Amino acid sequence: MSASILPLALENVSYASNGQPIISSVSLAIVAGPSTIILGANGAGKSVLMRLMHGLLAPASGTVSWREKDMGRVRRLQAMVFQRPVMLRRSALANVVYALAVAGVPAGEREAQALAALDEVGLRHLAQRPARVLSGGEQQRLALARAWALHPEVLFLDEPTANLDPGAVREIETVIKAFDAAGTKIVMATHNLGQARRLGDEVIYLQAGRVMERAPIEQFFARPATAEAAAFMKGELPWV
Amino acid sequence: MGAIAEGLRRVLELDRELWHIVALSLEVSLSAVLIATALGLPLGALLAVKRFAGRRTVIVLLNALMGLPPVVVGLLIYLLLSRAGPLGELGLLFTPGAMVIAQSVLVLPIIAALARQTLEDAWREYEEQLRSLGARELEAAFTLIWDARFSLVTAVLAGLGRAAAEVGAVMIVGGNIDGVTRVMTTAIALETSKGDLPLALGLGFVLIALVLAVNAAAQLIKEAAVRRYG
Amino acid sequence: MGVALAAALAGFITVASTTSTEQSGLFKHLLPIFEKKTGIQVRVVAVGTGQALDIGRRGDADVVLVHAKPLEEKFMAEGQGVKRYDVMYNDFVLIGPKSDPAHVQGTKDVAVAFRKIKEAQAPFVSRGDRSGTHFAELKIWRLAGIDIAREKGAWYRDTGQGMGPALNTAAAMNAHILSDRGTWLSFKNRGDLVIAVEGDRRLYNQYGVMLVNPAKHPNVKAKLGQAFIDWLISPEGQDAIASYRINGEQLFFPNAHE
Repeated sequence: MSASILPLALENVSYASNGQPIISSVSLAIVAGPSTIILGANGAGKSVLMRLMHGLLAPASGTVSWREKDMGRVRRLQAMVFQRPVMLRRSALANVVYALAVAGVPAGEREAQALAALDEVGLRHLAQRPARVLSGGEQQRLALARAWALHPEVLFLDEPTANLDPGAVREIETVIKAFDAAGTKIVMATHNLGQARRLGDEVIYLQAGRVMERAPIEQFFARPATAEAAAFMKGELPWV
Repeated sequence: MGAIAEGLRRVLELDRELWHIVALSLEVSLSAVLIATALGLPLGALLAVKRFAGRRTVIVLLNALMGLPPVVVGLLIYLLLSRAGPLGELGLLFTPGAMVIAQSVLVLPIIAALARQTLEDAWREYEEQLRSLGARELEAAFTLIWDARFSLVTAVLAGLGRAAAEVGAVMIVGGNIDGVTRVMTTAIALETSKGDLPLALGLGFVLIALVLAVNAAAQLIKEAAVRRYG
Repeated sequence: MGVALAAALAGFITVASTTSTEQSGLFKHLLPIFEKKTGIQVRVVAVGTGQALDIGRRGDADVVLVHAKPLEEKFMAEGQGVKRYDVMYNDFVLIGPKSDPAHVQGTKDVAVAFRKIKEAQAPFVSRGDRSGTHFAELKIWRLAGIDIAREKGAWYRDTGQGMGPALNTAAAMNAHILSDRGTWLSFKNRGDLVIAVEGDRRLYNQYGVMLVNPAKHPNVKAKLGQAFIDWLISPEGQDAIASYRINGEQLFFPNAHE
């Protein structure tokens, strides 16, 4: 059908805040296919890297470029789920409908598509509940439903289960796996090794704003190429 | 205490004249708040969301304008609407219309400045998500206004309080004409200057009771809505 | 909204007059009679004399009714008014504390009373607001041979207020004050104050009415405004003025045809 917006290429991207460097000279490509895990300790710069890729932040130097040059298409075909879900003061269904409205979906089609998305994440029965009274896990599932409704080509997830209890974590991971199976490119930041193993096909290990290693998941866990990655996995977090 | 009781008794005797004064007060102040809200909320929202050169100066100016002395606003609008002034042709001086204009000018900065603060705080929470969804600045501004509507009620009530309480602006542009532009505050000023303090007090309490009632109603609506929408 | 409807029936005029005239209650008595007869609604903006004439100069009123003949004649000389008519007069009274610290009670000559007040340095409240009453007060100081601007002391309080607020201040300070009889009769907050001096011919206060000049201000409702003036000086209008009483006392004395 339409051309893919991938690959996404970062060339020598740097970002600093208040004079402190957060991302230093990162070059990498995100291609279609394998789900990519951005792995690193807290403070490694994962969140900033995600936002640079998604376009919420502009790099101080270097370039972030997509294969697709129509930036409108680039926007529409990505979605991001944040660590803390931000819901509008309206019903769960209305939150998904809102996203569809912003994306330009004709008014008559929005409700049906929104209900379908809620179905996918198992929230249909909560459609009329005010989104803000849902539990943390339910809100995060709602955020995923919102992203699903937009049928993005790339789904960025910034530590989506960091604040959830194990039951909710399982539910979220199930949905993410479903996204993956449906063909959406997953790019997820996490510091949870188990989760990385369960959901990822490849790993980009980030430390102090630099990419230390990139490898297929099993290879990374079996034989980390760098001492820093090995130390991280042993639980000895390096001082940043 | 005796003066208050006496005042309330006198007020109840006023009947038709009092109801006309109360009705006009509500009409003028509510109209002004409506106009100021329609203009002030979007203004506050855009200021909260948009980044542009000189933004800080505009914010400081807007905050300062909250303290505009009503009598100064009255004087400026008077000079504008006087037959000898630029908008004299409109024939608005000494009419309720002039009072609405003056109070709108007075109340607009209050609503806009308070809205800006509320929405700036809200924007910190919503910005990433709304930008991620692809909402443009204008769209995001209106989404913010709707989502923060319960907090914004406070800004609107502050504006209403200011409008209902002021006398300087409406006195000058309205002329306190009996039966035409006499509102609660100008009536109180008149009775005070006539030395009829009990009546002035009585009217004062009616005014306070009115404003209290509006605020109580707003609070109840707010609480009910928060229970519903979270 | 009822206001707008009534005005639409036969029209309305704006009359700039003084606070003391309105606060005397005269308009509440007079205007319904006129409105019933002609269907013309009269909207009175009551401010100080200086401001009332100013409103006329700006063309924001159709008729001006004040009581400061020199200022009215200046208004006419500027071409701002069509013609000046005498309407009525009332009088001023010198109010003072019951305790009579300056011994002015019952004095026939008001200028003498003023001199006694200055010599006793008894408290005196002045309106200081360019009003007709203020000018009357200044005139009496001059008649007493006193340059009040230079000879005043702490006993002389220049408040810049209307008649009512100035009376409030005088009552609170137990001071002397020159007031028009009308406002005094309606004033409820008297404290220990009483009338000290009255009846001196120089205390008479002449009211004049003028139509704002439509040649200078095309928006002026000349026909309706003149109708009001004509009624005021007509036998019917003059009778209506004379019939206004407070506690049985007549306040205003019509003299349009003297």
